[in-house]
Amino acid sequence: MELTRRNAMLMGVSACLVAGLPLQAATTPEEAIAAFTGGAEIGSGDITLTAPEIAENGNTVPIEVASETAVEIMVLALGNPTPPVATFKFGKLAASRAASTRIRLAGTQDVVAIAKLEDGSFVQAAATVKVTIGGCGG
Amino acid sequence: MKIWTGALLAGALTALPLSAEPVEDTLILNEDITLVTRTAAPDHLSDVMDEVISGWHFRGTETRAMQADDFDNPGMIFVEQAEEVWNTVDGSEGKSCASCHEGSETMAGVRPVYPKYNEAAGEVRTLEMQINDCRENRMGAEKWKYTGGDMVNMTALLASVSRGMPVNVAIDGPAQSTWEAGKELYYTRTGQLELACSNCHEDNYGNMIRADHLSQGQINGFPVYRLKNTKLNAAHARFKGCIRDTRAETYSPGSPEFIALELYVASRGNGLSVEGPSIRN
Amino acid sequence: MATGVKPRVKVPKTAAAGETITIKTLISHKMESGQRKDDDGNVIPRSIINRFTCDFNGENVIDVVLEPAISTNPYLEFEAVVPEAGEFVFTWYDDDGSVYDTSKKIAVE
Repeated sequence: MELTRRNAMLMGVSACLVAGLPLQAATTPEEAIAAFTGGAEIGSGDITLTAPEIAENGNTVPIEVASETAVEIMVLALGNPTPPVATFKFGKLAASRAASTRIRLAGTQDVVAIAKLEDGSFVQAAATVKVTIGGCGG
Repeated sequence: MKIWTGALLAGALTALPLSAEPVEDTLILNEDITLVTRTAAPDHLSDVMDEVISGWHFRGTETRAMQADDFDNPGMIFVEQAEEVWNTVDGSEGKSCASCHEGSETMAGVRPVYPKYNEAAGEVRTLEMQINDCRENRMGAEKWKYTGGDMVNMTALLASVSRGMPVNVAIDGPAQSTWEAGKELYYTRTGQLELACSNCHEDNYGNMIRADHLSQGQINGFPVYRLKNTKLNAAHARFKGCIRDTRAETYSPGSPEFIALELYVASRGNGLSVEGPSIRN
Repeated sequence: MATGVKPRVKVPKTAAAGETITIKTLISHKMESGQRKDDDGNVIPRSIINRFTCDFNGENVIDVVLEPAISTNPYLEFEAVVPEAGEFVFTWYDDDGSVYDTSKKIAVE
C-alpha cells in the first residue's frame, strides 16, 4: 500500500480501533506540529537537539534539548508508531531552557525538536539517530 | 520511502566497524572511586590472554556514562528497593537481614569471593544459594526464586557495597573440582550452532556480531541493568540466554552446571573490580 | 495502580541565593507504551506517566508532557534558579489517575 497521508490516517484509525484507544491518541507528526505551532512557519535558529549518532539500544536513547529563549520545546520521533515524545514547558524558575531525558526509538529515524520562542516564533532542529540491532537475544 | 530507508540502512552498515577495539576510558564511580576495568589476566588464563577487560569497555559512550553515576544508573533503583527489604522482618523467626548483619555496608567483601566453597554444606555456593540459606534457616522465611526480582535486587545490593573491590574467587582446594567442571562447560560447544562460550568471548571478543560488540563475557558487573529489557539480569539468566542462542537446550538457573560455570567465569575476571549493578546493552 | 513506583530526585542541599542548580529526577515506572502485545497476542494497554512538574515555593520550574516514547523509569534533568531558601515539589501523573510526589528542601547559604 502506498503510504499517503490518507492511508496513514486510515491505518492510524484502525490501529486505534484494534487497541481500543480513543481516536485522538493517534497523532501524526503533521498534526502534532500543527497543534503546537497553530500552523505558523517554522524556521531555524535558537534550538539545539543533542542525540547520539548511533544508539546502542533503541529502548534507552539519551537526548538533550536546549535554547536560549524557548518558552516551550516539543520533541517528535518521526519514525515511531506514535511520534510525539515529550513537550517541555519552562516556568519562571527555570534557570535554562534546556532539559535531558531518555527516549525510545523504534528504529533508525529522525528526531525533531521544535521550540516556541519568547517572541512567538517557532524554530526547529533535527538529528538522525541510527538504532543498532544487537547480535544476541540473550 | 523505500529508497530512503535503504540509503539509511546502508549508511548505518558502512558506519559500523567490523572489528572494534575496546574503548580506552576510565570508569570513575560518582567522581570518587576509580574501578579496575582492565588488568593482567589471572595466572590460570596466561596461555589464552594477557589482559582481562570488563564489558564496560565494549559499550557505547552514553551507556558507559550512565554507569558512572549512581543517580543516572537505573540499576540503583533496585538496590534501593533491596535496601528496604534488607531492613524488613520476614519469616517465622522475626528477623530481617539486618538483625544478624546490621547495615548492608557490612557485607562489603562478600560479593567478590562468591561462588565459594561452604565447609559445613560440603558444596560450592553462589550468593543466591547463601541468601536463600539465610532466608530458610535463619529467618524461617520462604526461599526466593533463583532469578526472581527479590533475589536479583538483593544480589545487586550486595554487589553495590563491594564496588571497587577486586573479584577474588578461590579456584583451588575444595572448590577445584567444581571449577574444573565449569571450565569444561566453558569450552564445550553446544546447540545447533555448535558454539562454546570461548568461541565468542575468548576467540572473538572485540569483533562485531551483527551490530553488537562482543565482550570477554566477564561477570564482574552482574547483576546488569540491560537497556534491552530495562531491568536487572542475573548471571545465570544471561548464561541461559547465551546457550539458548546457540540453539541448545539450556541448563536451569541455579543448576549444578551453572553454579560450576559461574565459578569458572568469575575466576576469569579475578582482579577486575566488582561493578554490579552495571549497565549493558 | 502501577506497582513498585518510587520517585528519586537529586537536588543539592544548599545553594547561594540566585544560584543555578542542576536537578535530576527518576521514577521507577514501566511506561507500558500500548504498542506491545502479550504472549496471547493481545495488546497490553498503555500505562504511562503522562506529566511531570517541578515547582519551587509555588512557582513553576518545568512542566513536561510525557508520551509513550519516554523510556522505562523516566529520567529528566533540568536546571532551576534558587531565589531563596525553600522547597522543591516534584509531581508525576500516572495514566491510571495516581499522582506521585516528593519534595526536597534547600537552604540558602
